[in-house]
Amino acid sequence: MATQVKMPQLGESVVEGTIAKWLKREGETVQELEPLVEIDTDKVDTEIPAPATGKLLKVYVGEGTTVKAGTLLAIIGREEEVVVLEELGPKPGTSEPQGPAGPVRAARVQELGFVSPVVAKVAAEHQVDLLEVRGTGLRGRITKKDVLSFLEARRNASANEVAPAWERPGEGDLFRPSDLQFPKGAASSAPAPATPADGEIMPLSPVRRQIAERMVRSKSVSAHVTTVMEADLGAVLAHRDANRMALERDGVKLTLTPYFVLAAVSALKAYPEVNSSWEESGIRYHRAVHIGVAVSLGSEGLVVPVIKEAEQKSLLRLAMEVNDLSRRARSHQLKAEEVQGGTFTLTNHGVSGSLLATPIINPPQCAILGVGLVQKRVVVIGDAIAIRPMAYLTLTFDHRILDGARADAFLAKVIEILQMPGS
Amino acid sequence: MPEMTLIDAIRQAMDEELARDARVFIVGEDVGARGGVFRATLGLYAKYGAQRVVDSPLAEIGIVGVSIGAALYGLRPICEIQFADFIHPAFNQIVNEAAKMCYRSGGEWTVPLVIRAPYGGGISGGLYHSQSVEALFSHVPGLKVVIPSSPYDAKGLLKSAVRDPNPVLFLEPKKGYRLIRGEVPEGEYVVPIGPARISRPGTDLTALAYGMMHSYTLQAAETVATEGLQVEVVDLRTLYPVDKATLLQSVRKTGKALIVYEDNLTGGYGAEVAAILADEAFTDLDAPIKRLAGPDVPAVPFSAPLQDWFMPNPEKIAQAMRDLAAF
Amino acid sequence: MSPKESWPQDGQRAAQLKEGPPGPEPTPLEQAWAPSQLLEMFWYLLLSRRVDERAWILHRQGKIAFHISGMGHEATHIGMAFGIQRGYDWVIPYYRDLALMLALGLTPREFMLSLYGRRGEPSSGARQMPSHFGLRRANVVSTSAPVATQIPQAAGVAFAMKLKGDERIVLTTIGEGATSQGEWYEGMNWAAVHKLPLVCVVENNIYAISVPQDKQMALLDVADRAKGLGIPGRVVDGNDVFSVLEAMKQAVDRARRGGGPTLIEAKTYRPVPHSSDDDDRSYRSREEVEKWKKRDPLNSFQTLLLQRGTLTSEALAEFESRAKAQVEEAVSFAEQAPYPEPMKEGCGPVYAEEIRHAGDDAD
Repeated sequence: MATQVKMPQLGESVVEGTIAKWLKREGETVQELEPLVEIDTDKVDTEIPAPATGKLLKVYVGEGTTVKAGTLLAIIGREEEVVVLEELGPKPGTSEPQGPAGPVRAARVQELGFVSPVVAKVAAEHQVDLLEVRGTGLRGRITKKDVLSFLEARRNASANEVAPAWERPGEGDLFRPSDLQFPKGAASSAPAPATPADGEIMPLSPVRRQIAERMVRSKSVSAHVTTVMEADLGAVLAHRDANRMALERDGVKLTLTPYFVLAAVSALKAYPEVNSSWEESGIRYHRAVHIGVAVSLGSEGLVVPVIKEAEQKSLLRLAMEVNDLSRRARSHQLKAEEVQGGTFTLTNHGVSGSLLATPIINPPQCAILGVGLVQKRVVVIGDAIAIRPMAYLTLTFDHRILDGARADAFLAKVIEILQMPGS
Repeated sequence: MPEMTLIDAIRQAMDEELARDARVFIVGEDVGARGGVFRATLGLYAKYGAQRVVDSPLAEIGIVGVSIGAALYGLRPICEIQFADFIHPAFNQIVNEAAKMCYRSGGEWTVPLVIRAPYGGGISGGLYHSQSVEALFSHVPGLKVVIPSSPYDAKGLLKSAVRDPNPVLFLEPKKGYRLIRGEVPEGEYVVPIGPARISRPGTDLTALAYGMMHSYTLQAAETVATEGLQVEVVDLRTLYPVDKATLLQSVRKTGKALIVYEDNLTGGYGAEVAAILADEAFTDLDAPIKRLAGPDVPAVPFSAPLQDWFMPNPEKIAQAMRDLAAF
Repeated sequence: MSPKESWPQDGQRAAQLKEGPPGPEPTPLEQAWAPSQLLEMFWYLLLSRRVDERAWILHRQGKIAFHISGMGHEATHIGMAFGIQRGYDWVIPYYRDLALMLALGLTPREFMLSLYGRRGEPSSGARQMPSHFGLRRANVVSTSAPVATQIPQAAGVAFAMKLKGDERIVLTTIGEGATSQGEWYEGMNWAAVHKLPLVCVVENNIYAISVPQDKQMALLDVADRAKGLGIPGRVVDGNDVFSVLEAMKQAVDRARRGGGPTLIEAKTYRPVPHSSDDDDRSYRSREEVEKWKKRDPLNSFQTLLLQRGTLTSEALAEFESRAKAQVEEAVSFAEQAPYPEPMKEGCGPVYAEEIRHAGDDAD
C-alpha cells in the first residue's frame, strides 16, 4: 500500500521548508524510519525519516525547492502502485488540499468534527477508523499528525522491538529478591476480577519498560539539579555554513550536534569532575570521554548511542560518527557495545521544538547536557539591541558529585567554547 | 566511610585475601569468566587468573573433595557451592572428611577450608534455590558455621574464615546480597569467628536472629519501639560453636527470648538455642522460649503467595514480639 | 580442536544442514515416517518454540519470575518423543525438555500455569519453579533442580521394570555438564551392570551455565564415557530430528530386547542465556550465537518439509496461527487462574497420608 511523504510542520510557526537533500533516489528501497530527506527551515534543519518501508517510487519536489507544510514530496510503495496514484494523486509540487479520497460516513462526521481532506485520504488508504484516533487539533480535531502517529503506533504495537526478549541480556544475578521481580501486591491475593477499565491498554514494549525503569531509577539514585544558560550560536552557525558544502562533497552531513559534542568534550577536559560516576568507594574519574548522543525513535522510544573516546576526535570525525550512529539507531542496527559505556550524555531536545527542558541523567553518569531550540531572539549586547540565534543549554547534574558553582562553571565553559569565533 | 552491599563486601574480602596470601584460591561453578551467578567473584578472574579463580566441573563432591585435598597440602581454598540446596552431595566430604580430619589424625592433619554458599529464600527460588541448611551442619564437631548479616561482618568474618585453620561453612543470605547495605571501613580489619553481637540494646525481651532474619528482626524491633516495647536484638553471626555467654547474658537481663530463623521450625537451629537457654537461664526466664520459623513443609514453595506464607517477615516478627511481651 | 568446533559429521543430514538446502530426494531416514507423522513432529517443534518465545517476553514484561528455556534443543526433544512409545514408556527429563513434554501431552495452558505459579499446575501445584517437569498421566517422574539426581532414579525404575518383566523402557535426559556429577556415573554404572532397559540422552549444548565443555571434561564426545561403562555410546546431530530418531530407534529396540542401556549424545546448542536472568555476554561472543541461527532446527525442518511438499505454505500459515492462538489462550487462562492457597496446597501433602484424593471431604 503506497505511502505519501509530505512536508511536515516542523514547528508551530514554521509554514514552509526547503528540500536540502534527498538521501534516497527514486527507485531505491527505503526502510521505515530510515532518514529519507533533509529539510531546512529558518528554525531548524532536520532529517525526515521514511514513514514506511518500500520503494521510493516517485519524488515530486527537487532539492533546493521551498514548499509549504503539507505538500506531497514523494511516494513510497510497491512497484504496481505507482500508476494508480499518479492518476488520482495530487499535482506534484503544490500544497493545495485535495478532496477526500475515501468515503467518510456522514453520521460519523458529526462525532469526529471537521475531517480535513488529507486526514480522510490517509484514513481511507490505511483503513483507519477515525473514531479510534485521538485528535489534538482545534476543538479536538484529528490532525494529519494525529492520524500518522496512530498509524505508526499501530505498526509498532505488533512486536517491532529493538531485539527479541531472548536476545536481550538478563540481570546477571540468577535470582533476585521476589519483591523486586514483581510490583507490590501482585502476589498477595487472587488476581483482581476483570473490571471494564476506561480506555485501551497499549502493552508495554520492552524498550518502553526499560526506559521507564532507567528513568525512575536515575531520579531515585542521583540528586538531580538543573542549571540553565543561554548560548549565542552565531559562531557555530557561521562555521557550519562555511564548511557544510565541503563536507557534503565528502558525503558528510554537518549538523549542529558535532559542535555540541566538541564543546562538551573540551569542557569535560577542563572540568574532569563532570566526567565521573558515583560509586560506593568514591567518585570514579573516567579517563576517556565517551559521549552518548540521544536519538529519538519516535513513538518507539529513544536510544543513546555512544561516541567512544570523543576527546580524540575532530569535528569531521564526530560529524561522521554522529550521523552513522543516528542512522543505525533509527534502523535498529546498533550493537550492544555502542549503547554502553558512556560517561556523559548530550540530548538535543531543540530538534523537536523544545526551548528548554530538564533532562534526566543517564545513570551512572554525573551529568547530561540538553540543547534547546535554536531561535532568533532579541538580545542586548553592550547597550544595543541585536537579533542573535540563541539556544538555551540545560545541564542536569548529580549534586552528590558536583555543587552548583562547579556545574555552572562547566556549563559556562561549554558556552564559552561554542561562542568562540572560528572554533 | 564507604557504603557497600553485602555481595560487594564478600567480594572485597576475597579480593584482599587473594592479594594477601598466595595460598588462597577460589574454586566453584561459573566463578571464573562469569564472575559467579551472583557476581560474587566479578573481576577476580581477570585480576588473578585461571590458576587462582577456577571454574570447576558441575560436581559438588569434586569441588569439596578436591578443596579438602588442596587444604591438606597447605593451600587455602575458598570453594563455592552455587546454592546451599546443592551442598547435599558434598555432605559426605564435609561431615565425614573435612570436619573429622583433625580429630582422627590427632592433629597431624588439618583442613583450612572455607565453603561459601548462598542460602535462604524470598527470591522465587522454589524448593531448590531457597533452602536453609545451617541446622544440618551446626551439629558437626570440627566444623564451624558462620552466617553474616551485614556487609561489615561479611567482610570481616570471611577474612577470619580464610585465616582459620579449620573448615568453615560460610552461609550467605542471598536475598540480602544487594538489599543489605552498610558501612565498611577502608583498610585491614577482621571480625573474629565466635562472638555474637548485641545489635540493638533493649530491656523487654531478647530477639535472637542471623542472616536475612536479623535485618527483619531489627526492623520489627524499631516498629514495636514506637509502641513502647524495647527489644534487645542479638545477631548470632557464628552459629557453631555458638557464643553462649552473650546469649545467656542478654536473656538473663530481659527474661524473655524469641528466636527467629527462616528454616523449618522443628529441629531448626533455634531449637538448640532454646535448649541452651532452658538449661542455663532457667531461673531467669519469665516466659516460655519462643521460636518463629518457617513451617514444617519440605521447603520454600515457588508460587508467590505460598512463598510469602512460608517466609518470616518484619510484620510476623513484630507480632511475635508483641505476643511474647504480653505474656 | 576445541569441542566447539567438533560438530558431528554422521549422517547426510548434518552435512546438508551445514551447507544449505535439503537434497532433492528424501533419505531413507525420512521415508520411514508417514507425512502425517512428520507434520505432527513439526507441530510440536513449532508449538514449543512459540511457547518458549512467549515465556521470555512474559519475563521481560515483569509478569513471571523465571523461565529456563529449551530453545535450540527442540529437534532432540522431538526425536526422543517419537523414538519412544509416548504415554507407555517412562520418562525422567531435565529442565530444558519443553518440546519433549509438549509432545508427551503437557498442554500450553499447563506450562503457563507453571510460569505464573497458579493452582492446578500439574507438575507440582506451583510448589516448584517452572520446568521442574513431572506428569503422572504420561509416566513422567517428578524432577528437581539438583542436576543428575534423576539418573540413579531412572536406573531404579528400569531395574524394577526388568525385575517385573515389564516391556517398557525408561528414557532419561541430562545436560553435558551434569555428567560430571558422581550421581550420573553411579546410576549409569548400575544400569550397565544389570543390563537395564534405559536410554540416556545427553543434550550437549556446550555450556553448563557459563562453563564450556573443555572446562567440564577432557572429552570431545560425552558419548565416549560409554566405553568406560561398558555400554554403547552414539553421537548424533541434535539439530536434526532424523538423526536423533534413528539413534533412538536403535537404542529403544535394544533396551526392549534386553540388550541393556545406551548412551546417546545429541550435539546441540543453547542460543539463549542459561535462564531468564542470566547474562551470557560475559562468557561468549554474539558472533558465536549468531552462527547457531543457520542451524536452527525449526527452520531446517520447516524448509525440508516445505521442499518435500509435505508441508504447504497454507498449512504452515495455519500451524502458525494455531500455535499463536494456543499461546494467547494459554497466557490468558493462566493470568486468570487462581493462586494456590497456603493452608490448602502450601501446607502439604508432606506425608502420603495427607494426600487428598478426588471425592474426599470438601476443603
